[in-house]
Amino acid sequence: MSPIPPLEPFIRQRLAQRVAAGQSPILLMSHLVLGYPSLEENRRAIDAMAAAGVELMELQIPFSEPIADGPVIAQANQSALDRGFRVAQGLAFAEETIRRHPEVAFLLMTYSNILVAHGVERFIERAAAMGVRGLIVPDWPPQEAQVPMAACRARQGLDWIQLFTPTSTDERLGFIGQQARGFCYCVARKGVTGTRTDFNAALDGFLARCRQATSTPLAVGFGVRTPEDVQSLTHRAEIAVVGTAALEIHLRDGAEAVGAFFTGLRPT
Amino acid sequence: MKNGYFGEFGGAFIPEILHETFQRLTTAYEAARADPEFWNGYVRLMENYSGRPTPLTFAENLSKRYQRRIYIKREDLNQTGAHKANNVMGQGLLMKRMGKQRVIAETGAGQHGMATATMAARMGFECVIYMGAEDVERQRANVFWMERLGATVVPVTSGSRTLKDAVNEALRDWVGSMDDTHYLLGTACGAHPFPAMVSWFQSIIGSEAKTQILAAEGALPTHVYACVGGGSNAMGIFQGFLDHPEVTLVGVEAGGDGIATGRHAARLASGSGTIGVAQGYKTYFLQDDDGQMRDTHSVAAGLDYVGVSPILAHLYTTGRVRFAAATDGEVVAALQELMRTEGLIPALESSHAVACALRELPNLPEEAVVIINLSGRGDKDIFTIADAFDDPGWRRFIRAKAARYAQLDQE
Repeated sequence: MSPIPPLEPFIRQRLAQRVAAGQSPILLMSHLVLGYPSLEENRRAIDAMAAAGVELMELQIPFSEPIADGPVIAQANQSALDRGFRVAQGLAFAEETIRRHPEVAFLLMTYSNILVAHGVERFIERAAAMGVRGLIVPDWPPQEAQVPMAACRARQGLDWIQLFTPTSTDERLGFIGQQARGFCYCVARKGVTGTRTDFNAALDGFLARCRQATSTPLAVGFGVRTPEDVQSLTHRAEIAVVGTAALEIHLRDGAEAVGAFFTGLRPT
Repeated sequence: MKNGYFGEFGGAFIPEILHETFQRLTTAYEAARADPEFWNGYVRLMENYSGRPTPLTFAENLSKRYQRRIYIKREDLNQTGAHKANNVMGQGLLMKRMGKQRVIAETGAGQHGMATATMAARMGFECVIYMGAEDVERQRANVFWMERLGATVVPVTSGSRTLKDAVNEALRDWVGSMDDTHYLLGTACGAHPFPAMVSWFQSIIGSEAKTQILAAEGALPTHVYACVGGGSNAMGIFQGFLDHPEVTLVGVEAGGDGIATGRHAARLASGSGTIGVAQGYKTYFLQDDDGQMRDTHSVAAGLDYVGVSPILAHLYTTGRVRFAAATDGEVVAALQELMRTEGLIPALESSHAVACALRELPNLPEEAVVIINLSGRGDKDIFTIADAFDDPGWRRFIRAKAARYAQLDQE
């Protein structure tokens, strides 16, 4: 099987395929923390998610100071480290996983210090060589990240993913959007604005501002856990991001249940 | 130089969701800094409320013993007993200027939280302190005072349930509450503008000390010693002398059980700190080769921290500030010596500066004039210091007290 194209054409292609097959035009991106509960459990969950047709997967390399993560993911980072997780293991695991699932677009998510400690150029070189399609580094904003962004641009097929948030001004969104490659990750927050209706209106406004700022596809994470959540994003964004909910199901019902959960998210 | 950088250190490595928040704080800080009336108001408040200027005490007995002239800058005489008051009152005034009504802060051992709670009480702000659940259990005395002062103490149960988790929880609060809330960081670390802003408020120590030593000696000191955790008290006093290269500046880190044991918090003096990015800024950290932060150790909670002010990291690489370490053992001995010779009770943190100065004094030229920054007083930390001395009488007292409470609970 030949390698998948870079992120943006990959996303457009998969959306077109879904439309052609009469399915809803939305892709799923899952997230998991490497080494939590264990690499073996990660492998089973990834296999189950791939079988359920999840198009993109975010593999998080644990860090001791995960300042951008909520309590559940922060705890998973700490547990993986307490059990002796090493970055070299995580990279080897990612490499093997990408080889096993060539149909899936894999991204690495981690914090800047993991790249700094490894050597920024070396880390990006390694990621590109093993076929990682995107890097998400939430504590490395674009004005600080010129070096790793240039390193990614120099390599075909590996994109530095930009993040949009509702607190960003239009000017800021524009600045970030100019540097976007692959897709933009829109960090929405369910609950912050109160009622469901308020949230929907606020999300519409936010996503409209994101569209103004970039022509790349949009991925939206806001604590998606139900088919209704995914449905509500269809036609508004290209990718629904599912993180904490899948982790909770994995811990409660095991890796196989994760596959059923993802299948159930897109009944159409 | 890029904004917020000191040499290659500092910066703002923060999640995008906080970008706007930090922008607005930076704008407010820069406007206050450009307005001399703001600083004058700050100095007046500190005179009136915190007894400033704090004395520069000539340590007569110690000077006789060591045959060198030794002065002690008395930050222990501040409101709440430490230099922390300078920072919290300064940021409190900035809050008023920004029209904020609510203040949040992280705290480890509880001292910064307590200082913040006094400021909030005085200025009429709502106050929420995030504290690791483990620290809440260990530091009941400070929790008691924060609650009595009217603050809400939120025990943080995520992650390792300690200081860094409290920081993360405070940041999560701030993301959703920026419009009316200020996050009051306690030291000269973190993302820009905190290192510069906290150092600015603490510079009141150095400017007073410089005036005072010139009045007392007619000359600048030859050496200045300060302990370094995050680095705010050291930045405070050093700023009075940075422009005078003839003044030797010494930052004293926590040597813990000894550098060789690996159980310490000496990021610079140990030579084992390496450059990294965490908690929003770039500096020297104690980390493993994967970039994971290591556990640190010190008898003094305020120095038990993996990072160090990016401004001090820069002054370390330029050679302007020399860094040394004092072990837990040396620190307890120095605390004892200062108590017995001068009747001063330094905090365990500040005792690091004392320990290093006492160790080096015999080797300094006889005409040396030394200032030691006594960043805080120790009597408020009686639980910790009694443990450090392994005091049998104190232990008997606590046991008897516990037994009395147990009996009351049964009745």
